[in-house]
Amino acid sequence: MRTERPHLFVGRAEAPIAFVESVAGGIRLKALDREAVRAGLSVGLTLADARARVPELDVYPHDSHTDHAWLERLADGCQRYTPSVALDPPDGLVLDIAGCVHEFEGERRLAADLEDRLARRGLLVRHAFGDTPDAARALARFAGAPAPDERRAVKRLPVAALGLDDDATTALVRAGLKTVGDVMARPLSGIAARFGAEAATMVRRLSGEVKGPIIPRRTVAKIGVERRFAEPIARTDYALEVIGDLATEAAGTLAERHEGGRRWEARLFRADGLVQSLRVETGTPTRDVPLLMRLFRERIDSLADPLDPGFGYDLVRLDVALAERLDASQLKLEGGEAQKGEVVQLLDQLGTRLGRTRVRRFGSRDSHIPEQAELMLPASDPVPTALWVPPEEGEPPLRPIYLFDPPQPIESMAAEVPDGPPHRFRWRRTVHDVARAEGPERIAGEWWRREDIPTRDYFRVEDRKGRRFWIFRHGLYSERENPRWYLHGLFA
Amino acid sequence: MADSTALLAHLRSLAAPAVPRQADSRPVEAWLGEGLAPAQLHEVFAFEADDGPSGAGFAIACALAADAMPLLWLRTEASERQGGRLHATGLAELGLDASTLLLVLVADEAALLRAAADAARCPGLGTLLIESWGRAPGLDLTATRRLMLAAESSGVTILSLRVAAEPVPSAAATRWRVTAAPSRALEADAPGGPAFQVELLRRRGGHAGLGWCVEWNRDTRTFQDGAFGPAALSGAGLPLAPGGAAADRAPASVRRTG
Repeated sequence: MRTERPHLFVGRAEAPIAFVESVAGGIRLKALDREAVRAGLSVGLTLADARARVPELDVYPHDSHTDHAWLERLADGCQRYTPSVALDPPDGLVLDIAGCVHEFEGERRLAADLEDRLARRGLLVRHAFGDTPDAARALARFAGAPAPDERRAVKRLPVAALGLDDDATTALVRAGLKTVGDVMARPLSGIAARFGAEAATMVRRLSGEVKGPIIPRRTVAKIGVERRFAEPIARTDYALEVIGDLATEAAGTLAERHEGGRRWEARLFRADGLVQSLRVETGTPTRDVPLLMRLFRERIDSLADPLDPGFGYDLVRLDVALAERLDASQLKLEGGEAQKGEVVQLLDQLGTRLGRTRVRRFGSRDSHIPEQAELMLPASDPVPTALWVPPEEGEPPLRPIYLFDPPQPIESMAAEVPDGPPHRFRWRRTVHDVARAEGPERIAGEWWRREDIPTRDYFRVEDRKGRRFWIFRHGLYSERENPRWYLHGLFA
Repeated sequence: MADSTALLAHLRSLAAPAVPRQADSRPVEAWLGEGLAPAQLHEVFAFEADDGPSGAGFAIACALAADAMPLLWLRTEASERQGGRLHATGLAELGLDASTLLLVLVADEAALLRAAADAARCPGLGTLLIESWGRAPGLDLTATRRLMLAAESSGVTILSLRVAAEPVPSAAATRWRVTAAPSRALEADAPGGPAFQVELLRRRGGHAGLGWCVEWNRDTRTFQDGAFGPAALSGAGLPLAPGGAAADRAPASVRRTG
């Protein structure tokens, strides 16, 4: 499959277009559209040569990230056929359709459906079926002589179809081996010895002896329910109703297994092959459909780009990506702890709208560097077993309530003694006169990680107005000549 | 449709006479001892940014004195940039167990108000602390009125911490101004526990304009008289003259609400 990035082409004149990439020795063509190919250009040509031949050539920088993102979107769309879709960068997809063709009455119909959808987006697709992913990939990417069956078709492919590096391919051709069949006819040990173990492995994969792995982009969900529509549905609220029905169905399955879902994903497949995904997560396993629907609605409201049905959705799928044990007795217990449940619901709702990572609780980490000793965890994660050492009775707080990360530089003025705190310092254009101070509390750098981290001498200081600060000198006077001062936190 | 009915209900509630539903007849001093009146909205102002930590400390202390836990702390990313991250160890040293603290960080003021409205309706919470920096025009009379109503029905005590802000008309039950106060010096002139200069700028249906200097005692979870040290501070219980202008302005706005 060769994608032609239609999103750039919309509304353009029919000028030939090329994508270029800077490589050693100049700028070369990386990808071409049909017009450019017709004009006689080919991939690998330098830009100067191409311009000389086709002056009206439209040139864009090649952007492999955008290409990859586009391929990912296509792969998402292909999940309507099978949950197991793998990327074959830069421009291929591998679909494991074993057991998935019954919806389409045969694989040819499935392929026709796929080509149809992608053609509507202006994509040119080459597909092939194969017993192994490697055979299918080779057949789709390389044209061989026509053959009556898959085995013989693979044998008639050029050696380039083995997917080896350029040197190995050239070496094979030089040795007089033109097609994959030629290579297969030789003893494998000989091939391995002369052209590398890689060549032998590829031959075995293409011949179907060994099955290369296919790494699907997502793991297949535990529970998945879906509904197909003969006529695409164009209204989002109707799609939501469908999600509600599916959620009820999934909740039934979950109830049979004594489980509740923690992570749910609804996917709306558009008729034109794209897919929109809505994910929600709950803090506790649930089978509560109204609650889920509230979260889904919240999710839709918080989308940066609103849901766009386009030509309508023709497939809606709901997956339970993570399920945990939820017994009937547990349900009752939660009723007793009504208050706790309400907070969990609130956190789920806020997490769905704002993003999971913005709803947090505190955890502690084993580090004595203050800014590294604490963790912010999403509140939906299991409750951390934090160890907050209770302070001694009568002690004032020794740590600030607000902490700056990174610490803020301050200008220290008139330090009395080398090891003492400054008499006065300037922070954010305000000068603070130190009235009271305590310190230093010495916190050494993590010398077992890096040796050159200076020691910090911390002071608790209070200015004349009663504002309390936590400041430190970065480095002992013996460690560096003119150590800098920083403000690290603010006390109540 | 749901919005318009909600709006109508809201307008009706605005038109109805604003009788304090839980008129708090306790002497004001008791509020500091036992915590602010529950299920109400209270405002804590730190006029200057440098007094922000004192305002936060006072708000936490009030929540602890009232034992209204768990505490959900709402703040914007701008607050975090300007005022620093919350530090759990330090909060624990004020008496706030960090494992009962939930932090929700939002992108802007609009999201802050929305999250606040949701959290204010959650009866499982003890205290909702809304921290905002600067003018925060969204926290106006309408928004505070809405929060007050939500607090009264859910029982959540809402503390609106306004850092670097001047008071504007609002529906809060009380309004406090907090500034830092010099602490009781420890050995070798070390800074002591948290001390605040607090001033009651406004109180619904009651006298305002009182000021105290208090020290927060973490171990007993109470405020203590904090007037000590050589600095000439107003003594405990003495009405404060400064800040009177703000106090005068505030009750006027209340009358307008009613």
